[in-house]
Amino acid sequence: MSKTLFDKIWEKHVITGETGEAQLIYVDLHLVHEVTSPQPFDGLRSTNRRVRRPDLTFATMDHNVPTKDIFDVQDQMSRLQMDTLVKNTREFGVPLASIGDDKQGIVHVVGPERGLTQPAKIIVCGDSHTATHGAFGAIAFGIGTSEVEHVLATQTIWQVKPKTMGIKITGQLPKNTYAKDIIMGIIAKYGVSFGVGYAIEFYGETVKNLSMEARMTMCNMSIEAGSRTGMVQPDQTTFDYIMGREQAPIDFESAKNYWSQFYTDDTNDFDETLTFDVSNLKPMVTWGTNPGMATPVDQSLPAIKNDSDANAYEYIGLHPHMKPVDINLDYIFIGSCTNSRYEDLEIAANMMRGHHLAPNVTAWVVPGSRAIRNRAIKSGIAKIFEDAGCEWREPGCSACLAMNPDKIPAGKTVASTSNRNFIGRQGAGSRTHLASPAMVAAAGIAGHFVDITTDEFV
Amino acid sequence: MEAFVRETGRAVVISNDNINTDIILPKQFLKNILKTGFGKDLFFDWRYNADGSLNEAFELNKPEHQGASILITGNDFGSGSSREHAVWALTDYGFRAVIGGGFSDIFYMNSTKNGLLPIVLPEENRKILRGIQADENIQIDLPEQTVTYKDYTFHFDINSQWKEKFINGEDDIDNTMKYEKLIAAFEKQRPNFG
Repeated sequence: MSKTLFDKIWEKHVITGETGEAQLIYVDLHLVHEVTSPQPFDGLRSTNRRVRRPDLTFATMDHNVPTKDIFDVQDQMSRLQMDTLVKNTREFGVPLASIGDDKQGIVHVVGPERGLTQPAKIIVCGDSHTATHGAFGAIAFGIGTSEVEHVLATQTIWQVKPKTMGIKITGQLPKNTYAKDIIMGIIAKYGVSFGVGYAIEFYGETVKNLSMEARMTMCNMSIEAGSRTGMVQPDQTTFDYIMGREQAPIDFESAKNYWSQFYTDDTNDFDETLTFDVSNLKPMVTWGTNPGMATPVDQSLPAIKNDSDANAYEYIGLHPHMKPVDINLDYIFIGSCTNSRYEDLEIAANMMRGHHLAPNVTAWVVPGSRAIRNRAIKSGIAKIFEDAGCEWREPGCSACLAMNPDKIPAGKTVASTSNRNFIGRQGAGSRTHLASPAMVAAAGIAGHFVDITTDEFV
Repeated sequence: MEAFVRETGRAVVISNDNINTDIILPKQFLKNILKTGFGKDLFFDWRYNADGSLNEAFELNKPEHQGASILITGNDFGSGSSREHAVWALTDYGFRAVIGGGFSDIFYMNSTKNGLLPIVLPEENRKILRGIQADENIQIDLPEQTVTYKDYTFHFDINSQWKEKFINGEDDIDNTMKYEKLIAAFEKQRPNFG
């Protein structure tokens, strides 16, 4: 019987239970960070339980860490949360990449970078952007804090198998458009909840030609479409990325042979399918307060259709029929688990090379990990950002969710490579416009959004 | 967790669609290392004015809605961040059930871990419920899978295992450890390439 990629991996992990009911699923990799782990460890302690598989668990710190001076944690609550993770991981024997460590960074950047993220694994983390890891052909999804405790104690999780949705992506990406624009374009077209209840597989020629970094960006934002899981079939690009990394399988050939059986036999087996053609895709920019409120950069902002649109316009301080080029920026933020990988920084740096930020624009460039930061310093990318007037920061979640000192001030407008433009997300009263790293970098130079597909830029 | 079998209580209506977990509990409250005390910060940006005073126009702050245990809301409730703190804020405030047009998958699962019953009802049912007066009650009967208001009774669906879990209020981990032998056997046959 033919099966989808998702079905094949799922079936390999069912310990007990019938399809349609809650099934007990084995977890191959549990990623842990400081925000959603204090209560679970406390729960284990009070019930005299241990972490069943510390060897399948990996912890780092990202949400709270300051990025200006990573050791200068002023906020006492943040410090307590970070200290608690150090104490808990020590007590329960879980490996931790703490601040200053070579392996520290945003949890969804570090997992792949270390080689921990591999095809056909079930990967969970107490964070909704866990969907990122699906780019490797893994089933990866965010879980709640009670589930974190359950996975720590049992290495398993109860889940009802979701339905599957195939999104076929066709066409050649126009110059200066990226995976970020694809996923933003899909969400702009189909809305922020079309994926609820589904595991999404992105497939088609366009996807095959994407780098691992680009696939991660796309899978990362599946949750912004309501889907906990976005995935891509593992292929040679995937294997090449993993090979040689610290935690890559020692018997790589056998692993590769094993991974190669995981693909969708017949796309008719998806419960739902969509097709998205990128041939005429334009860079996308959000204008409102959820990721679905987005427009191609050369189009006018849409008319007000309902209260939700009206409220969004009021918050963001724009009007229908303005264009993204009319959005004047105070800040740009290049970072987050969506777009802080080396390739993202390279693309942004290429836009900035030889230019300087527009007057009054503050720019924070926050690499996703210590390793990326070091590589970018070595290659000269960091210098390009600094010469352009950007602040070159230390690795963390930074202004994506502003749980740390990196907050966009109230009333200020930011072009951001992150994933959520919710009200107050990047700081109380802040106004977020999501876009790709190339677009954000170009917007920082211009002081407003610009169509980077025009001759001037390509 | 606290069991949920039946609930009779007042309801408050916040009918917006797409209420994400950033709205339910903003991120500045995620720094707590405990599970308790989040109720006062529920819907923080809607509930309080910039100067910290109560926004009296917000439904939750109206005197007649104090003590409400059922929240009636729109589509796609609990989307965005996976933070279970959002559920803890709702239960700490005193909510026992949320009736909406749909819930994000992660929020739904988090609710099942904390005795907060998420009930999906179609718009035509919720339209009637939105007419509820502050001094009227709604009855929720989980074994029967019904929501009753005045003369109306609406049926809702729930996975049989989640239902049983709500009714028994059982500890998940204890329950799972009944399968310890199966888990250990599974671990022995996992592929391992070093």
